[in-house]
Amino acid sequence: MDLRDTPEEAAFRSELRSWLEQNLPDDLQGHRGGATRFDGPEMRAWSRALYDAGYVGLTWPEEYGGGGAPYTHQAIFLEELARAEAPPHIGVIGIGMAGPTIIAHGTEEQKGRYLAPLLAADEIWCQGFSEPGAGSDLAGVRTSSTLDDGHFVVNGQKVWSSFAHLADFCILLTRTDPESTRHAGLTYLIVDMHAPGVEVRPLRQITGEAEFNEIFFSDVRVPEENLLGEVGGGWQVAMTTLLHERGTLGFALQAALEVQIRKLVSLARDRGADPLQRDRIAREWIEMQGVRFTNYRSLSALMKTGLPGPEGSISKLVWSESNQRVTKLALEILGPDAALGEDNAPYGGYWQYQQLRSRGNTIEAGTSEVLRNIVAERVLGLPYSR
Amino acid sequence: MDFTFTPVQEALREQAREFLAANPEPTWAQIAELGWTGVSIAEEDGGAGLSFLEEAVLFEELGRALYRGPYFATVGLTLPALPAEDRAAVAAGEASWTLAFGPLVPDLDSAEHVAIVGGDGIYELEGGEREVLSTTDESRTLGVVRGGEAGRRLADSGVLSEIEARSQTALALEACGVARLALEDALEYASSREQFGKKIGVYQAVSHPLADAYTRVELSRSLALWAAWCVATGDAQASIAAAAAKSYAGESAVSVCETAIQSLGGIGFTWEHRLQRLYKRALGIESFGASGTRLRAEIAASLLEKTEQGSDPWGPTPADLEEATTWTA
Repeated sequence: MDLRDTPEEAAFRSELRSWLEQNLPDDLQGHRGGATRFDGPEMRAWSRALYDAGYVGLTWPEEYGGGGAPYTHQAIFLEELARAEAPPHIGVIGIGMAGPTIIAHGTEEQKGRYLAPLLAADEIWCQGFSEPGAGSDLAGVRTSSTLDDGHFVVNGQKVWSSFAHLADFCILLTRTDPESTRHAGLTYLIVDMHAPGVEVRPLRQITGEAEFNEIFFSDVRVPEENLLGEVGGGWQVAMTTLLHERGTLGFALQAALEVQIRKLVSLARDRGADPLQRDRIAREWIEMQGVRFTNYRSLSALMKTGLPGPEGSISKLVWSESNQRVTKLALEILGPDAALGEDNAPYGGYWQYQQLRSRGNTIEAGTSEVLRNIVAERVLGLPYSR
Repeated sequence: MDFTFTPVQEALREQAREFLAANPEPTWAQIAELGWTGVSIAEEDGGAGLSFLEEAVLFEELGRALYRGPYFATVGLTLPALPAEDRAAVAAGEASWTLAFGPLVPDLDSAEHVAIVGGDGIYELEGGEREVLSTTDESRTLGVVRGGEAGRRLADSGVLSEIEARSQTALALEACGVARLALEDALEYASSREQFGKKIGVYQAVSHPLADAYTRVELSRSLALWAAWCVATGDAQASIAAAAAKSYAGESAVSVCETAIQSLGGIGFTWEHRLQRLYKRALGIESFGASGTRLRAEIAASLLEKTEQGSDPWGPTPADLEEATTWTA
């Protein structure tokens, strides 16, 4: 056991830090994480800069354009990016979800076609999983894909899709066999977002922003070679995607929480905090450290055994609820000023925005209810509730 | 960065669990024979020359086994104050100690020697009367010493901050052992007990609190092992890490036991079930020394007032981050 960086990790970290200092544009620092912030050309330029510096796809195999680096480097990258309050690569869905899924289930042609432009931010990806009738219960997917003359004809509606308004491709979960139910009969497709019949509409959310979109598919013809995995084998492919959605996230979340609590401490210094509020600040700091070292434990297990430790499954659950408490505590410390809107609020309305946005944290990427089921059933071995 | 135990440490855990299962009430001599009393004592003083990390493994297992005896008082509390010859006696199992740090002294019935804090030093108590008090947690006694006088000088009082970090971490580790076993009991019950025609673990009203209990167990363990590493390496964050670990793990052990008792229903409330003993140890750990509230007040002070120079509370790795001042909305 040694919790310090190895000399090699320390060198990577310090190199990355000075790179961030020199290359992160001022107007992108402190970006608050909403996907609408990704619209401008500066976000593509930033992503490209990350790519050119070799920080994108760090742990991917070198044959697919990755860095072949150990997972610890990816963890350090996510930590330092969050601490510098730098926005992530515009292709987070592609890099974190679509890419690893293609590496695991794709044909050589698919790997050759999609992976390189994905890393370089030349092509943006979005995810089409959730539907109005299939949220937590993803196996209820109804968007149909019917085979016709070498094509899948796709019809249906997807929802809560970040980046869809910018995306070139979508990883889409569909139902091929209309007679099938639940996990059988699902088919995983790569869909060109510029194909005829694809329509994207923004969804305005509680903060007033539109980070998410609805996607409508009307007789969209998807060539057969865009099938990922087997016809009817979409569920297994989708599980790979979700594993990556939740698996690589922990370090970024912990570091984001650390930044949030630093700001909370800074706010409490500015505005004063009573003893009860101070107790809550300390509680949140302690829990944040708990998440940090839980991530470290899980990562260490991954490095030694190839499998992440089961304790890693709680990071997102703890982070989401902690971020909700932290932002609400900030509003409490702001007192009556908490009611002011963005234009008049102290700190540019930072906390008002963060508090509202935090309500999504326990819903996106697996609701807390679903995550507790996963812990209960898959980690603790309790009987399945369904 | 490596946050795993070595094969030697894993083997020690296995040995401890097996031994304590076969010998629920081991004597000091038995424990010394296993080498546990001299784990972190230097080899030239008859110890194993290992570190607090190996002791951490033992504290977790001793907590789980609800061990009753002077191991915490000797190794977790008094050891940093002991001169070489006294350490050698501890390693050999010839001596055990406790320290009167607060008014209530732990393991006063089993510890052979008593150390007291006076002025700028720590001394061996000579004479005086010991009274062992009744305690809710019967697995760890508390008592008071009356009269007596400061005898041999053992150490400078400068060692007290090390003692504080070490003892808080040891208690946090014990709490982890207690909480883990309580959770295991609850899981076993929820997986076998049937009501309304189903295993009760099927019901989310039962399973979700258990998932939360697991979260608490794992965060406790992460904090306690962080603190243990800081204590073992003399890291500058040892004090704040120990305070975080003791406040979180102590409180969590209590709440995990409460969830377990509720999960077991009437059985969990009985005298016969070991949950009541685990629960009482958890309550005992939480109340021993500084309370969670006081520890958090100290943590808040070091976050908000930066009272301690040279110790950055945010670390461990990146200690040189600038204060967060960007408020871009």
